[in-house]
Amino acid sequence: MDTATPVVELKQITKRFPGIVANDSISLKLQKGEIHALLGENGAGKSTLMNIVFGLYQPDEGSIEIDGKPVIIDGPNRAIELGIGMVHQHFKLVQPFTVTENIILGSEPRKGARINYRKATEEIRKLSEQYGLRVDPNAKIHDISVGMQQRVEILKTLYRGADILIFDEPTAVLTPQEISELMEIMQRLIQEGKSIILITHKLKEIMQIADTVTIIRRGKVIDTVKKTETTPQELAEKMVGRNVSFKVDKKAAEPGEVVMYMENILSKNKDGMAVLNSLNLQVRAGEILGIAGVDGNGQTELIEALTGLRHVDGGKITLHGKDITNLTPRKVTESGVAHIPEDRHKHGLVLDFSVSENMVLETYYKAPYNKNGFLQYDEVDKKATRLVEAFDVRTPSIHTMARSLSGGNQQKAIIAREIDKNPELLVAAQPTRGLDVGAIEFVQKQLIAQRDQGKAVLLISFELDEIMNVSDRIAVIYEGQIVGEVLPEQTNDQELGLMMAGSTVKRGAAHE
Amino acid sequence: MSKLMKIFTGDSFILSIVAIIMGLILGALVMLIGGYDPFEAYSALLTRVYGDSYNFGEAIREMTPLIMTGLAFAFAARTGLFNIGGEGQFLIGMTAASIVGIHVHGLPVYIHAPLAVIAGAVFGGLWAAIAGYLKAARGVNEVISCIMLNWIGLYLSNMIINNYALLDGENRSVDIQPTASIAIGWLSEMMGNARVHWGTVIALLAAVFFYIFMWKTKQGYELRAVGFNQDASKYAGMNVNRNVVKAMFISGAFAGLGGAFTVLGVFGYQSVMASSPGTGFDGIAVALIGMNNPFGIILGSILFGTLTYGSAGMSFSADVPPEIVRIVIGAIIFFIAAQGIVRWVLKPFYAKRKKEKVL
Amino acid sequence: MDVLTIIGQLINTTLVFATALIFTSLGGIFSEKSGVTNLGLEGLMVFGAFAAGVVGHYAQDAGMDTFSAATMGLLAAIVLGTIVSLIHALASITFKADQVISGIVINFLAAGSTLYMVKLLFDGAGETELIAGYNRIAIPYLSQIPLLGDAIFNAYPTTYLAIILVFVSFYVLYKTPFGLRLRSVGEHPSAADTVGIKVNRMRYIGVMLSGALAGIGGATITLTTTGTFSHNTISGQGYIAIAAMIFGKWNPIGAFGAAVFFGLAQAVRNYVQLFAWTQSIPPEVIYMLPYVLTIIVLVAAVGRSSAPSALGQPYDPSKR
Repeated sequence: MDTATPVVELKQITKRFPGIVANDSISLKLQKGEIHALLGENGAGKSTLMNIVFGLYQPDEGSIEIDGKPVIIDGPNRAIELGIGMVHQHFKLVQPFTVTENIILGSEPRKGARINYRKATEEIRKLSEQYGLRVDPNAKIHDISVGMQQRVEILKTLYRGADILIFDEPTAVLTPQEISELMEIMQRLIQEGKSIILITHKLKEIMQIADTVTIIRRGKVIDTVKKTETTPQELAEKMVGRNVSFKVDKKAAEPGEVVMYMENILSKNKDGMAVLNSLNLQVRAGEILGIAGVDGNGQTELIEALTGLRHVDGGKITLHGKDITNLTPRKVTESGVAHIPEDRHKHGLVLDFSVSENMVLETYYKAPYNKNGFLQYDEVDKKATRLVEAFDVRTPSIHTMARSLSGGNQQKAIIAREIDKNPELLVAAQPTRGLDVGAIEFVQKQLIAQRDQGKAVLLISFELDEIMNVSDRIAVIYEGQIVGEVLPEQTNDQELGLMMAGSTVKRGAAHE
Repeated sequence: MSKLMKIFTGDSFILSIVAIIMGLILGALVMLIGGYDPFEAYSALLTRVYGDSYNFGEAIREMTPLIMTGLAFAFAARTGLFNIGGEGQFLIGMTAASIVGIHVHGLPVYIHAPLAVIAGAVFGGLWAAIAGYLKAARGVNEVISCIMLNWIGLYLSNMIINNYALLDGENRSVDIQPTASIAIGWLSEMMGNARVHWGTVIALLAAVFFYIFMWKTKQGYELRAVGFNQDASKYAGMNVNRNVVKAMFISGAFAGLGGAFTVLGVFGYQSVMASSPGTGFDGIAVALIGMNNPFGIILGSILFGTLTYGSAGMSFSADVPPEIVRIVIGAIIFFIAAQGIVRWVLKPFYAKRKKEKVL
Repeated sequence: MDVLTIIGQLINTTLVFATALIFTSLGGIFSEKSGVTNLGLEGLMVFGAFAAGVVGHYAQDAGMDTFSAATMGLLAAIVLGTIVSLIHALASITFKADQVISGIVINFLAAGSTLYMVKLLFDGAGETELIAGYNRIAIPYLSQIPLLGDAIFNAYPTTYLAIILVFVSFYVLYKTPFGLRLRSVGEHPSAADTVGIKVNRMRYIGVMLSGALAGIGGATITLTTTGTFSHNTISGQGYIAIAAMIFGKWNPIGAFGAAVFFGLAQAVRNYVQLFAWTQSIPPEVIYMLPYVLTIIVLVAAVGRSSAPSALGQPYDPSKR
């Protein structure tokens, strides 16, 4: 074992929030030059811990030592002084500013009263070359790729002289190729003498790149192991606390007729650019079609076109042969389409309504909930009670505000509502985002159950594992088009990754 | 009954009361600094309002339009919109009522008066719907458009009176036909000729309508959903734009009614105004004091009406400039808006109570 | 009157009306760029006009020459505007009150308290006593250009100040570290926070600047147009300044152009009645003109909205 002084040592850090102990006596050592992974599911307490290290929160108990010396990190400024830098999961970048402006913000080189942009650009170029981080200093953030945005986040920390870098779920938004690039960048950083803490819930990446892994569950450290001395299975069990099967339990699909057909769809945005471009897609009854793709390639627009939220400029969408192109959202729903939206807070629920009121969000105007313009609350409550029981939505009462429910239960409520509509086509967009393993299993089971009942299910997800495990058939979307269709058992990450990046176009199983 | 109790012990009610007390104290301090006696001033205020039946009747007359403009602001607020165009909607409603009251002949009172009242509501609603439409169709911020429409409404009203209803040689319109009046003659006589009118009754009914509409009907459900979360409402199939315009229309109708009452129930004519009467903006204060709740607004308008009507008493009896009342009101709504200050003051009282509800 | 003289006078009057709008819209820009909506600009102008009227009067009474007396009034307006804006800042930044309501509260307080003070100080009168205010200052040589020289280069000192401030504001916002940080706080406060910028402190500064500038804007009207302060000295200019800010896309140069445009709309009111063909138009239509134009402009301009992204949202560090 290492006896060298750790570069960062956390000693029994405890942090409490009202009603919950987010971090419970956590101890962790980061050695110099190592990549130390912090593994845990959503809600385990990883982000809180790192926010403490970065000075955004103060621990209630415990202490932090940097290079053996106890320190108090009372804010990001102090953390930066101590050489700690954080690459956030949700990038903290100002969209209308340039790359340079974002990097120097708060530490601007000056020439008299003005900012010395020339010096800034020079320094950034030097750093960029030293660490192999390609960026365009003059580009605005809203114009550059996600991969480059992440490199800007990394440069922000290096510009301020960080030696200890914390990466928070860095691969959530990257393609497989970009993930490989990131791994190389991390190796380079280690070579240049940095130390890295990697927060993640992805076992594959840990096994690839980490040296040491600390597993956290419900705020406590379960174990700290060397990567070479463990297996993904073991890590998963420690993370969740029980036996985990990676494969989703499902019998073979028996796809029937085509339920939904998107034919040559063209949709343009405000600037006249086609965001959906000759898009062709079919979903059959009794199958789950998974759509894989990097965020921003048209998934959102596809769903919007399908559900009537976006105008379709060309092509046709049919449901069981009936033309539903450009119908209003309400008419699309009435035709038999249910939609679990990707942003449950923004699109799925009215958080300030009660659970009960949310259950009739799409049906309140119909009998029996609406009689002569007056809402029949007893009918509404009856339905809500039934759904809450059937789908195990944990809530103190159906009159509790949706805002108070946990993410998992909010999602369950939405799924209950949508499935209760008995749709012909169920569209699920990022349905397991931000959920813990138990809730993820539940959601995936529900999707498969729908498929087993002969419904058509359209699944859109950024998690390739989920697509591979749950779908019966996979379509890849790139720049508004479907560029390939494959069967999960006949493909792998690499091939999917290439298609997602637009590299190869593979026409899979043909449909007529 | 228990529901009523819930209102009185609810967080928002206590917040309002404390804010009101804090505002009154601040007013007293300002008076002391100016060398006036706050006790004399406040008691003069109360005497004026509640001292005799004439003044009481007149005070009610003063409170009535405030209920309407307060409901107007609160209704829009509950649907996610800032309607600060109450001024303009008030005036346009007033003008519509005047024109119907003056130029429509030959109708019996039980048709003419309601017709004039309805005209006030409809045109006030349409004026507000303009701002609603601009927001829904073109994304124009309703705050600015409402303010512009306030000014346009003032000049438009003056123009109409000047050109279509002017009493020669005067700065006001001719009188409305007696069949359009909603004054309650017999009650007025009993109250020393205070100008009481049916508008007060309509205002109270309007508050009840607000409550039922907002929380018991399907349309109210839609408006509340849109007010809380436009995106989710859109995804759920609701037509957000149409709801925005509808909400503004109803909101403006409330304000327009307030204007109609002024002509049909109080004066019997409409003046050409040099500047906006301010009832619309006062309604905003009333709505804030009443926490955007219809019954709170009734209470709030009683408070506001008492303060403003009583201020004349302060100035006669205690020699205090009546503007002090504006400062008191400003302070009250400041404390309500900045709830944090009130909570901070109340912290010692709350230390023992377990807080479950979020305001 | 011949056409050229009229044009010259029109330009002059435009600049006079525009000046107040320029100051106030610059103030609005600083506040909103930092993320704080400030509808209280109207009330802040009232306080500024009040301060100028009162202090200017006392300074003049004390024997100062008109320029110094006017300048004392201007300084008083800056001070009072800054102090009052702190109320808005405190409510909306520290206590996270709704920013629209907080701004409206300022307007409420303005009308009541200034009139109260005037009655207190001037024996119950409804307006301050007339002061001389500023006189025009002619720039040598430039003001002698035939025709337009007199229109543009013989203006009040406040107008010159306003134009200088436009360019200073542009420089500060887009070339200095302070400006970069202020803008970051209005676009993505969380990003600014994580690089150690004190978000709320920046916002306080933005709001205080808006108070000072709106105060000058209000003072300008007292010192160069009316000579007194009364309850209708400021009547909507604060709101028009907000519209100018939006029309100018929150950019000082843009707001300057927009303010001139609105100033023109207001100036035109005085001149339209001179022509025979305008006599048949009811005067109210002319009065309405600036406000109608504002709406038309907003409808046309809004497609290009570039409001700061975090505008109107109080910053809550615990929600990082």
